[in-house]
Order: sequence, then C-alpha cells, then structure tokens
Amino acid sequence: MDILKFFTAGSVDDGKSTLIGRMLYDTDSILADQLEALERSNRKNDDGTIDLAILTDGLRAEREQGITIDVAYKYFHTDKRKFIIADTPGHIQYTRNMVTGASNANLAIILIDARNGVVEQTVRHSYLVSLLGIEEVVVCVNKMDMVGYSETVFSAIVEKYKALADKVKLKHVSYIPVSALKGDNVVTPSENMVWYSGTTLLNHLELVDVQQDKTKVNARFPVQWVIRPQTDDLHDYRGYAGRLQTGVVSVGDSIQVLPSGQQSSIVRIEFFGADLQQAIAGQSVVLHLKDDLDISRGDVLVAYENAPIPSKEIEADLCWMDSRALDTSLTYFLQHNSKITRCKINEIMYSVDINTLEKHAADSFKLNDIGRIVLKTADELAADSYDENRSNGAAILIDPRTNITVGALMFRTIL
Amino acid sequence: MSKQLDYLDELEAEAIYILREVAGQFERPALLFSGGKDSITLVHLAEKAFRPGRFPFPLVHIDTGHNFEETISYRDDLIARIGEKLIVGYVQDSIDQGKVVEQKGKNASRNALQTVTLLDTIAKYEFDACIGGARRDEEKARAKERIFSVRDEFGQWDPKRQRPELWDIYNGKIAKGENVRVFPISNWTELDVWNYIKRENIALPSIYFAHERDCITRNGQLMAASPFLNMDEEDIVTKSTVRFRTVGDISCTAAVLSSADNLDAIIEEISSSKISERGARIDDKVSEAAMEDRKKGGYF
Repeated sequence: MDILKFFTAGSVDDGKSTLIGRMLYDTDSILADQLEALERSNRKNDDGTIDLAILTDGLRAEREQGITIDVAYKYFHTDKRKFIIADTPGHIQYTRNMVTGASNANLAIILIDARNGVVEQTVRHSYLVSLLGIEEVVVCVNKMDMVGYSETVFSAIVEKYKALADKVKLKHVSYIPVSALKGDNVVTPSENMVWYSGTTLLNHLELVDVQQDKTKVNARFPVQWVIRPQTDDLHDYRGYAGRLQTGVVSVGDSIQVLPSGQQSSIVRIEFFGADLQQAIAGQSVVLHLKDDLDISRGDVLVAYENAPIPSKEIEADLCWMDSRALDTSLTYFLQHNSKITRCKINEIMYSVDINTLEKHAADSFKLNDIGRIVLKTADELAADSYDENRSNGAAILIDPRTNITVGALMFRTIL
Repeated sequence: MSKQLDYLDELEAEAIYILREVAGQFERPALLFSGGKDSITLVHLAEKAFRPGRFPFPLVHIDTGHNFEETISYRDDLIARIGEKLIVGYVQDSIDQGKVVEQKGKNASRNALQTVTLLDTIAKYEFDACIGGARRDEEKARAKERIFSVRDEFGQWDPKRQRPELWDIYNGKIAKGENVRVFPISNWTELDVWNYIKRENIALPSIYFAHERDCITRNGQLMAASPFLNMDEEDIVTKSTVRFRTVGDISCTAAVLSSADNLDAIIEEISSSKISERGARIDDKVSEAAMEDRKKGGYF
C-alpha cells in the first residue's frame, strides 16, 4: 500500500467540498460521532439529505461564510491506497492557498460544472497545475444530474478541455462525468450514464500510476544534521543525516559535496543502527563518507554524474503570497532545502494574467501574482530546474521584516 | 528491491525529516511528552532520527497532577531507558502561584489550566520550538494546521495568519518571544499510529489495553472513578472492562468498553469503530468550534 496525495481545484459552486464529502462518505470514512455532529448542524440539501460539504469546512469563519479559506487536509484509505487530500479554495483571491495545496500533490482533480463548461477559473486552475508540475490530472465534469446526464454535454466539455490541456502543457489527463451530490461515478458506477465506460473517480485514484518515480531522477541528499556523538566508544563517528530527495544511493557510490565540489564516496548507509546496501528516494537515513570532509547543514550530497552546477543566479517562476507587494529593492531570505541565503529579485521578466494566460510587463508582484523573474543569491545554490527535479528545483522567499513566507519559487533555468 | 516506499515507511521518513529540520533550525527545541501513544511514537521517531547521538532537545511533560498512575511510571521507565532529559511543568505550581484558579463543580477539570503551565514552561526555558504529537485527522481545526505552526508571544494560533507551507520546505524563522509548534505526525491517522506501534513493537502504558476498572458514567461517557473527579451520591461506581483511546487528564478522558487487550485486537477494533478518537474527549464537546477556540488560546 502506498500513498497518493491529491488536491482538488474548483470553487464551492462547482461542488468541490461536496465531491470530497461524497468520497469520504461513500468509502465509509466518516465516523458516527462526526455524522451526528453534521446532522446537528442544521445545514441540509434541498431534499433533506446531509450537506456533505460541511465535512471539509473547518474554521468558524469558513462556516459562517460558507467558503473554504485555507488548505484543509483530509485522510482516508481503501485496501489499495492511503489518500491525503489537500482541499483548497478555488476563488482567485486564494490562489496562494491553491499553490500551497498543489505543491505537495501528485495528482490534481479539476472540477468543471457541467452547466458552465470550461470557464475562466478552469483556465486558471489548469495553469497552476501545470506550473506546479503535477503530471496527473483528472477532470471531473460535475453536476451531470443537472444536464440530464447528457453524453453530448460531457463530450463537448472534454473536447474543449483538450485544447486547454495542450495549451498549458498537461501531460496525462483523464475525464470522468460525475454527480457529487447524487454520487454518480464518484465511488459507485452510475446507472444514469451507461454511455460512460470508464472507471469511477475512486477506482481511478486507486489505480493510477503516478508518473513521478523519484528514483529515476539523479540522487540528491541535502544534509539536515550532522550526528557526532563524541562519546568514548563513538569518538570518530560522523554521520550525515538527511532524506534522499530523489534517486538511489548505494554503498560504494561516488558523490560530490555541493556547493564546495569536494568528492568522496559512500562507505555506509545507516538507519537506526542497521546497515543498508541501498537507500531510495524518500528515505531518511544517515550517510557515512570515505573522507573526512567539512560538511554541514545546507550542503547537498549529489550523485557524481549529472551534478548541478552551483550558481547564484536563477531564472524562476514566482508566485507572490503576501499582501505586501514584492519590493525589488529589498533583500529577502531564500530557503532551498536546508539552506537559507539572502536573495534579491534582479529582474521581473513578466507577469502572467492567470485567467487569460497573457504575459504582461510588470514592476512588482501583488498578492497572488505569478510571473517570471531573475533572482540573485548571496551564496551559491546547488539546484536543479523544477522540471527535472521537483524537490531540488523549488524554494521559498521569506520577508526579513515579518519572517512570513511571501513567495513560492520554481526554478526554470540555472544561469 | 521495491522502488516505492510503503505508506508507513513514507510517513516515518517524513516525520524523521521534520524532526531533523527542528534540530537544524532552532536553538532551544523541546518535545512535548504527554505519555500518550502519539508522543510515545514521537520519541521512537526521535531515536530513529538522532541515534547514535543524543536528542537535540529535552522531553517536556505538563503534569496536571490528575494522572493515570500507569502513565507516570511508564514515563519514568522510558526516560531511564533512553537516557534523555525530562523537564516537568506542574499545573499545581501554577495554581499555587495564583496564576490559574481550579475549576469548581462536578465537571471540574485541570485540562484547561494546563495551557498556562505550558506557556510558562516555554517562557522559563525559552523554548523556540515545541514538538507535539497532534494529527490532522483528529479534528476539523487541526485539519488546517501547518506542520510548523507559529505562535505569538501569547501562545496564540491565528488561523488567518498561517504561513503558506510549500513542498517540504518548513519556514522556522520567528521573532523573539514567538515559538513554533511542530507536528511531525500531522499526516498520520489514528490507525496509522497503531499499525506503526505494532510494526515497531513499541511498548505502551497499560491503560491503552482492556482492563477491569471502577468507572462512573457522566454525560453519557464512561469515566475512571478517581479522587480527582468530584464524585457525589449520583455517581454509581461499576466495575467495567475498558480501555482508553487517548491519554489526557484523568478528569476529561473517557474510557470505552472494550475487550481489546492486545495490539491486533485494538487495530481490529479501530478499523471497525464508528466513534472517532476525540469523541472520548469531554473537552471537545463544548461547542462545534471548541478546539479552534482552545488552540487560539495557546492550547496545543
């Protein structure tokens, strides 16, 4: 059993919360006392059934306004997979929350209201999914019950979406007609759409092969912590603790330490006292090197082949997340893996109108703006491009005045 | 060799990664230890993250004084085994200092008081990060909490001011007086924790397993009969076979009728259970926003 992390793009009006509620409800993931609380809460559908959307509304302000403000995480499992859902708001003023939810997802569900088809926000959501490098997309055409479960309506939307998917460069897209409200094709196959021969949404989520096999990418191991017990019996012990972001490392592999460029090889891979021959992407281990080098937190151990070239100048896409606009005269902190350095935005190449995908000249970014910039850092970064390596090609910007995370960076070209 | 991590391995690796980020980013972190299964799991994960070195943080226990005896003896045995430092903050001290007033009446509990003791302990030792075992599946407000959750100098959680948390990059920068609550097992469910405890063969306090105990029924919940409960003639003590699903202050932690006296039986019980874990916590029942309000006030 593995884990699939997915997020849902869509607004309240598209029935996003109802869809998630439906998945939880129909997989028996809602417990009796939670259901009881729901029944007490006085929000019902027109036909008197429980409004499943309430399951995902967490905060009081959200309940009062009937909207989702923040990212909420929900969990459920079937025999095949554990699922982590990032439930994010869909309105444009919450673009940053969607980017946040999408940053950790392997799959995106894009909701389209069958009555409205592909609309402005569909374009926006699809663009963000592409920007964040999510390779698997499921387009759920929802509210099929409101259009008489019409195949013609569904097919027309699929055709229209395909053009959009090409435009924003989405690779794997699946299409499923559903009614979250009535339950058609969410967990149980619909009897109202016999013309649809594909799988239900849940079945698709259980079986989809998430095309991001991190072990196929070059090995990257940011050092988080150096273990040096300095006791009598472990006097010379020096282990580098971290999590292998991508790739595979084996005992005997040659490595480089970046940004210094020192070379060595792995003599031992340790995990809680046991020795491993090999570690794969995602594992938190302790590495021991042949040579006694000066390595500390912020350094990254990389495979000898295809090592990134350390650089202080990077072209990147930036999503601005703070109500205070980007100030190109200010020095920010940039956090990349376990390294924090100072950073300036040297150039704004353009900003993107995320509803129309048109590029515009800009001299600053406001909250939720997205565009291409060139940044300069005080220290060298051993980074990859985001397309090649989603972990080692991402960073955040921190405002030194408030310590708040103000920007999400996806490196496009290491200059 | 499989090129895909099993879900428990992935959850474990993520938690170890988060613990090491705490070690790397903070000057004076602490691990908040309640004696419950989630914080016991955290200690196990910390051993995996830092051995053969020492933990880069002490364990901190906020002691309401209204404990299950089994929890305290478990705690002391654990500390002796792992050889790490334990700091205890006593709610009784906060009461003696006049900082909090003991609740009155039948349903009095020290649960709410411990927030003050916690904040005082954080201030006294100048902790800048406190690791806790909260999980997002526990409750609706927790579902929205970050893994690094910044608290102001009053210990408050402001859901509207939460920092965006992207990829696995955790922003631990804070101003003096602020601190960060860190939740390494945010993405675990109750069942995940139990499956992990079984796989790792982690010892637990005996109250998690079915046993005979004198209980009373209060507000529809089964409570351990104890001198810490304000009992009167209406409370009828009966012997029941019960176990506890969470371990908190004895005056606010309800028991469930259960014959599950081993891990397999517990996992089976939870898998088929229809009542959530926090359903046995009196403190959540006050209102639909009970947890949200307590978190804003500095509760874990």
